[in-house]
Amino acid sequence: MQVTVTVNGEEYTRDVDTRLLLVHFLRDHLGLTGTHWGCDTSNCGVCTVWLDGVPVKSCTVLAVMADGHAVRTVEGLERNGTLDPVQEGFVQCHGLQCGFCTPGMMLTARWLLDHNPDPSEEQIREAISGQSCRCTGYENIVRSVRWAAEHSTVEATK
Amino acid sequence: MTTVETPMGYGSMRRKEDARFIRGRGTYVDDVTLPGMLYGAVLRSPFAHARIVSIDTKAAEAHPKVRAVITGAILDGLKLAWMPTLSYDTQAVLATDKVRFQGQEVAFVVAEDRYAARDALELIDVEYEPLPAVVDARRALDPDAPVIRDDKDGKTDNHIFDWSSGDKDATDRVFSEAEVVVTQDVLYPRVHPAPLETCGAIADFDKVTGKLTIWCNTQAPHAHRTVYAMVAGLPEHKIRIISPDIGGGFGNKVGIYPGYVCAVVGSIVTGRPVKWMEDRSENLMSTSFARDYHMRGEIAATRDGKIRAVRVSVIADHGAFNGTAQPTKFPAGFFHVFTGSYDLEAAHCAVTGVYTNKAPGGVAYACSFRVTEAAYLIERMVDVLAYELGTDPAALRMRNLLRPEQFPYPSPTGWEYDSGDYPRALALAMDIAGYDDLRAEQAAQRERWAAGEVGGTLMGVGISFFTEAVGAGPRKHMDILGLGMADGAELRVHPTGKAVLRISVQSQGQGHETTYAQIVAEELGISPDDIEVVHGDTDQTPFGLGTYGSRSTPVSGAATAVVARKVRERARIVAGAMLEVSPEDLEWEKGRWFVRGDPDQGRTITEIALAAHSSLELPEGVEGHLDATTVYNPPNLTFPFGAYICVVDVDPGTGRVKVRRFVAVDDCGVRINPMIVEGQVHGGLADGIGMALMELIAFDPDGNCLGASFMDYLLPTSMECPSWELGATVTPSPHHPIGAKGVGESATVGSPAAVVNAVLDALKPFGVRHADMPLTPAAVWRAIQGAPLRTDLAIG
Ligand code: FES
Ligand code: FES
Repeated sequence: MQVTVTVNGEEYTRDVDTRLLLVHFLRDHLGLTGTHWGCDTSNCGVCTVWLDGVPVKSCTVLAVMADGHAVRTVEGLERNGTLDPVQEGFVQCHGLQCGFCTPGMMLTARWLLDHNPDPSEEQIREAISGQSCRCTGYENIVRSVRWAAEHSTVEATK
Repeated sequence: MTTVETPMGYGSMRRKEDARFIRGRGTYVDDVTLPGMLYGAVLRSPFAHARIVSIDTKAAEAHPKVRAVITGAILDGLKLAWMPTLSYDTQAVLATDKVRFQGQEVAFVVAEDRYAARDALELIDVEYEPLPAVVDARRALDPDAPVIRDDKDGKTDNHIFDWSSGDKDATDRVFSEAEVVVTQDVLYPRVHPAPLETCGAIADFDKVTGKLTIWCNTQAPHAHRTVYAMVAGLPEHKIRIISPDIGGGFGNKVGIYPGYVCAVVGSIVTGRPVKWMEDRSENLMSTSFARDYHMRGEIAATRDGKIRAVRVSVIADHGAFNGTAQPTKFPAGFFHVFTGSYDLEAAHCAVTGVYTNKAPGGVAYACSFRVTEAAYLIERMVDVLAYELGTDPAALRMRNLLRPEQFPYPSPTGWEYDSGDYPRALALAMDIAGYDDLRAEQAAQRERWAAGEVGGTLMGVGISFFTEAVGAGPRKHMDILGLGMADGAELRVHPTGKAVLRISVQSQGQGHETTYAQIVAEELGISPDDIEVVHGDTDQTPFGLGTYGSRSTPVSGAATAVVARKVRERARIVAGAMLEVSPEDLEWEKGRWFVRGDPDQGRTITEIALAAHSSLELPEGVEGHLDATTVYNPPNLTFPFGAYICVVDVDPGTGRVKVRRFVAVDDCGVRINPMIVEGQVHGGLADGIGMALMELIAFDPDGNCLGASFMDYLLPTSMECPSWELGATVTPSPHHPIGAKGVGESATVGSPAAVVNAVLDALKPFGVRHADMPLTPAAVWRAIQGAPLRTDLAIG
């Protein structure tokens, strides 16, 4: 079946199997490999992307469900060569080690900051609680998001 | 000397590798797509133990997108049905005679895309004749236990090895005259490293050149190359292993899995590259598990709390094939470091390894070759002793810790601990935690509770003091499949003064591209930004055994410092020629050789690099250019240590445990990049909470794996983890060139005991002395009700 999905502002039209998962559509069909895959059961969250502005687990969405909708992936965080404060924050606060959970974590963080520009540690923990990280023990992820909150300008978050 | 406040040169510099990861531009193995690539999928056994009657692959072969179906029978014809394990056992690549654990590899399909490969698995018809399974390791040696490894000539039982360490007679003597002896059965259940990226490989065999390129997320690319040469009979110079970015390893990605070998065969058969990525349940069911140690610990002590001796016996569950990755001489890994951090008169352990109908593997999950089991046992036992003596567990530890003047310390089981100041670390941890205040708060709470106040939670404070043993070799004592544990490094300074370092080890998130550049930068005075670190490609890097057991910094980090110092000495000769003075008359300051007594007369490393490549006349016998190679053979392990204190609140009504605080003081010698060290500690502490409270690979009596998805195998999330409170002391390793010790696994080793001790401390008013991990709400609640130790968990 033919689908047209807007990914990071660009429109892509592809012929896909109806059972194709969005995560595989992004990775295998569009070559956007920044979105990862890590489990069979919607638990790990490394596949997290935005669908129409809301974080979703792209292993649990069919590509055909994204037909006519807008997806934002980690590749769409940087704008015009400027890193999102969340990306900067993850570097400054050592919010990543292996980097496998990082794209999903950053997308959730961006969403959180868009809705709550000054989140508490508890609110950050809650926001990322559906996503696993096996390396960082979460502490530096929380600090990274705080860093981004403290260094966000209105411009950068648009 | 460096201190906590002033670490080595560049300290907590931000990581070079982050630039690609934050843009989603890492290259993990599943991100790689080669032209014409096919996809493999593995058919797995639904039974834990069954004879294979027949396999019919006709329907799968007829699938329009299928390019090959490989079975054990086909591999048998190629002499590839079995492969060697890292412990000199054999493991079935694809089962021929029997399946021996649920999830074992039975057939391999190669198809045009991932989905078609999976579809075709459904079309393979396997007829099994189920057999009784051996699930409880403690029953594995029963005379009537089914024999799992009847593929081995003359094998009539499930015994793998008996191994012991320490002086049995001396230990027994102390026990026979001891004032106090406490005995406790302690289970360290089966858990799994579960990196978020599963294991996978792409095999690409070029028929024309005979070259086999394998992209694989392996922690030990060079060891893999040699083992593939042994397994497949391919010439080793025609094998190239590329280990790209790895999404976490934790020991899970050391071994060679049947899926990799199948991908190689698939590529040879089809003439096209073949990718195989396992899914999560395959990862949890079939690849390297960890622990599964059934331990009985005994402590002999005086009535006033001087620990005199420790005696341990262990049944080690190694699953269906003995695939543990540890030095050959040590079938129980470094378990004999179980005497921990204490000054003992004698100690002895006896370990028996057995086969069961469970996944093979063994030493994995950030455990430094069984140090995790050892540290957990001794730290649990010390608390059991404190419970029986009615003493404070911190005071009991303080009394028995090794004293700084005892280092280097020869342990009763044959180790030589390199350096340490244990009381200082424990005192610091107690200070950060506010130990006395915590005890006062607890006493007041217990009083209210005893007075009948209902509702609310009970707090517990748990301590763990661990000594790690990391950085294997030396090569004369340590090898895997005969390959000695020494690692190479090559450093080349280009004419313009920029450098490239090539190392044998591979990062799974540890940040080697940054820290190794920092080591070279410190030794040569070149900016870390001007040093490229090359790793993870056997065609481009020197041989070495890889990254596991926290050995990168102790071994490869040392190799890096040594090779940089060799380059510095060459630079000295070149500088001497440039300045027309004898090299002996030169002195080094970071980045520059200068004439002793005349500091203005000097040459920077950049100037020297250019001169080394120029027409400058060099002394007789001195080669041009500025480079060096080395192979580092560590003289001893390094022994990092730490003091951890965990505070929990337990709801006695539901059994729910909330970790309120976690204080971790680590001493890993000199810290190259404290930010990265702390990050690694954070991750290990989360592991500890996971293992202590949540993670478990259990089995039902038929051998069905009950932890085969993230719905059943629970990883700690941001909600279970507190905000970690870290402290540090620095006791340099005397034998490491920069005084560093490994740290990657310290927190995983040290933290489970702190959490469990805290929970049991909370349960003290109920008279609970011990309960086994994981302390799920149900397990805690049962312990409160006075239930005996769960034996069903012991199966798991
Ligand atoms: S891949 Fe694990 S939640 Fe999507
Ligand atoms: S950084 Fe490795 S899983 Fe989060």
